[in-house]
Amino acid sequence: MATTEPRPFATIVARSAPDAPTPDAPTPIALVAARGLDAYFGAHRAVRDVSLDFAEGQVTAIIGPSGCGKSTLLRSLNRMHETVAGARVEGEVLFDGKDIYARDVNPIAVRRRIGMVFQRPTPFPTMSIRENVIAGFRAAGFAAPSRAEQREIAESALRRAALWDEVKDRLNDSATALSGGQQQRLCIARALATQPRVLLLDEPTASLDPISSQRVEELVYELRGDMTIVIVTHNMQQAARVSDRTAFMLMGELVEAAPTSRLFTSPSDPRTEAYITGRFG
Amino acid sequence: MTARVPRRSIRARRALSASMVALTVVAALLATLPLVFILALLLKQGAGALSWSFFSAMPKPVGETGGGMANALAGTLMLLAIASAIGLPVGIGAGMYLAEHRGRPLASLVRFLSDVLNGLPSIVVGIFAWQFLVRPVKHFSALAGGIALAVMMIPLVSRATEEMIRLVPDALREAALALGYTRWRTSLTVVLRTALPGIVTGALVAVARIAGETAPLLFTAFGNQFWSTSLTQPVSALPLQIFTYAISPYDEWHTLAWAGALVLLALVLVISLVARVATRARFGHGHD
Amino acid sequence: MFERGWRTDPPPSSSIRPALASPSLHGASIGDRVYRIATAAFALSIPLLLVLLGIEVAVAAWPALKQFHLSFLTSSEWDAVGGRFGAAPAIYGTIVSSLLALVIATPLAVGAAIFLSEFAPVWLRQPVAFLVDLLAAIPSVVYGLWGIFVLVPLLREQVMPFLADRLHLGGTPFFSGPAYGPSMLAASLILAIMVLPYISSVTREVLMAVPRSQREAALALGATRWEMIWGAVLPYASSGVVGGVILGLGRALGETMAVTMVIGNRHEISASLFAPGYTMASLIANEFSEATNDLHLSALMAVGAVLLAITLLVNIVARWLVWRVQRQERA
Repeated sequence: MATTEPRPFATIVARSAPDAPTPDAPTPIALVAARGLDAYFGAHRAVRDVSLDFAEGQVTAIIGPSGCGKSTLLRSLNRMHETVAGARVEGEVLFDGKDIYARDVNPIAVRRRIGMVFQRPTPFPTMSIRENVIAGFRAAGFAAPSRAEQREIAESALRRAALWDEVKDRLNDSATALSGGQQQRLCIARALATQPRVLLLDEPTASLDPISSQRVEELVYELRGDMTIVIVTHNMQQAARVSDRTAFMLMGELVEAAPTSRLFTSPSDPRTEAYITGRFG
Repeated sequence: MTARVPRRSIRARRALSASMVALTVVAALLATLPLVFILALLLKQGAGALSWSFFSAMPKPVGETGGGMANALAGTLMLLAIASAIGLPVGIGAGMYLAEHRGRPLASLVRFLSDVLNGLPSIVVGIFAWQFLVRPVKHFSALAGGIALAVMMIPLVSRATEEMIRLVPDALREAALALGYTRWRTSLTVVLRTALPGIVTGALVAVARIAGETAPLLFTAFGNQFWSTSLTQPVSALPLQIFTYAISPYDEWHTLAWAGALVLLALVLVISLVARVATRARFGHGHD
Repeated sequence: MFERGWRTDPPPSSSIRPALASPSLHGASIGDRVYRIATAAFALSIPLLLVLLGIEVAVAAWPALKQFHLSFLTSSEWDAVGGRFGAAPAIYGTIVSSLLALVIATPLAVGAAIFLSEFAPVWLRQPVAFLVDLLAAIPSVVYGLWGIFVLVPLLREQVMPFLADRLHLGGTPFFSGPAYGPSMLAASLILAIMVLPYISSVTREVLMAVPRSQREAALALGATRWEMIWGAVLPYASSGVVGGVILGLGRALGETMAVTMVIGNRHEISASLFAPGYTMASLIANEFSEATNDLHLSALMAVGAVLLAITLLVNIVARWLVWRVQRQERA
């Protein structure tokens, strides 16, 4: 369905026909895949036996009511869940075929290859905009880029984050001088600078105003293809707008995962239908 | 329903209330009066004796004019430098540990004992330093004085550091970890760096506090009539010199004591004010 | 479905590929371990320091304590030449001067705090509070200097004659004897000024922590402002205030320089406030440089040990009280 009409961001997606996979379309490779994943906070099991594929180059959205475990699942994908005291994970998460929870795998290495953007913008307040963008290179294990390389990296990342034009004249200003929406795009640029193959977004527009939210959504939409993106959102319309696949979680369990248009127009599970029609959550 | 008649009339109760309010005003006045008094007196008595020779000249024997406190000023600076060199790293390190291991019993114990250490009389710290550092080698030293001051500095810096680090939002830590930072790098280059202005303020306040201490120096640095920059020799210090001159019977020395007190108070107040203003300014502005 | 690649211009690609070293399995954790050990070591230095301090003071005090046993605490005889030492006057002086300082300072400090938190116009609060707190920043030796040249002469020439003759208190044991100037009264007054900011600051904090609902409830029942404070606010904040007072006590017990400059330095227990005396801290400060023999030194150290013990006790009680108030508030 190649189209030259304006992207339908402002309207709630309504499909006239369910999307059927064409027989020739190759099955997308799962760059990241959770297999039988359990995530615990102490004795409380927040994620229950979830197995879910995240196809390469696609945007997968995870939706569900508050407390359903979607953020926990997301944070298990880059081994951030275990940074909380008393938290642990059981099961597997395969990244490029290898289990990131294997005994010989260093969590730091995992986090360098998988980028993450959080709900609240968190630019480092003592660093300038430029320093923030290349902050990822300060993590040990990266070759320190030269001044010239720094500029190139910063420009490239900021362009991808659609922030370059707004800050190109003040790269040395403090990052805290930016507005909320700009700060969030800066955090996205920071995550992109080290060229991860996967980008995890945990409710990235939850604390932004509508205009900034829209810009971030456009950004996410543009990044796909180059990157594998997983976005957790409590906003169903957002999931419908930006994602290729959507997974619905409830009380720690994965209820259903399907191509976005099909999930929202003809979900197979009654619980999914109840949630998307607003009967709860 | 019958209304209860108050024991005293409304008028009497109101009068009591008004007079108590007046009393609290009096109390507040009396509380601020000594400060104004002392400051005014210091200015009056001390300003006259302040001259270039005060800052540059060495103490002269009684009867000779033109004596100064140059060696005491230098000694105070030296002692503060030694105390900071020891007290700041230990205090900041301890504060970081306390902030990062909040709930642990060991942290609670250390925090409690830090408060205990803070409340010890400074003279007891002095006699500890004497017994531990002076007596074995049988001579007084600037090093012993500096260490005694450092012992007093550590709990202050530790408490300030812990509070400042706790103010850094966890989200910042998370963002760094998600980028692939190791924990120690996160703590030092993100968290500590963010909290640094507040920690510097706390350090300044601690330095101001120990700059005025005399008792711990009585048996450690001991005082010195001559110029000394050696770590292993006794050294003069501003509060020590003020004390010696104040209890002496000579008028010229009394005048010098006033001048010294003015300088010492000015030093302490300026550092405290800078710290206060810096804190307010930091929370006031959004970007630098 | 949204088609891949609808963008018209390709995203700018960077020629820089981040050079990732092979994930070192143990490199990162070594840094973390070193960091944890270093900070833990710094933190542990504090208890170690306290223990060391206690040991050193005890060791230094031991000879004198062993020789005199409990009489050290009860005897008033202090004879350096003859080798007999009793610290009772110093202990007495410390306790009396500190308690008297509290008696004088507490009403003033609490009154000032009430004024600041309840009655003062908002624009007045910060400056006045600042001035009161500034009292705590003045070094002890500066207080002593002021004490020697202002307070003591004032007492000797104006206050003491006034108390003894005009108010006819000279007949009582508390105001008897010659008025030389340096005295327990002078020491208590100076200590009161030095302790006032601490009590005032803590009281201000606890008063402001009293919830508005308490005040409003009292006022709604028809209480006057003072009745509201006395009946509703102060009782709520009382254990916090007590904690602040005990904290002030801890400070007063250990105060050295100002006291030694105005107390007269005499080994004497006297009921009269006009009489000179000693406190433990001022005794150590005063006689240390003249101590000739080892026993004398050890006696001074023993005085320090007693001071340490008393201060520790008072501080622990104060901390416990403050902690209890905080727990109350959280519940």
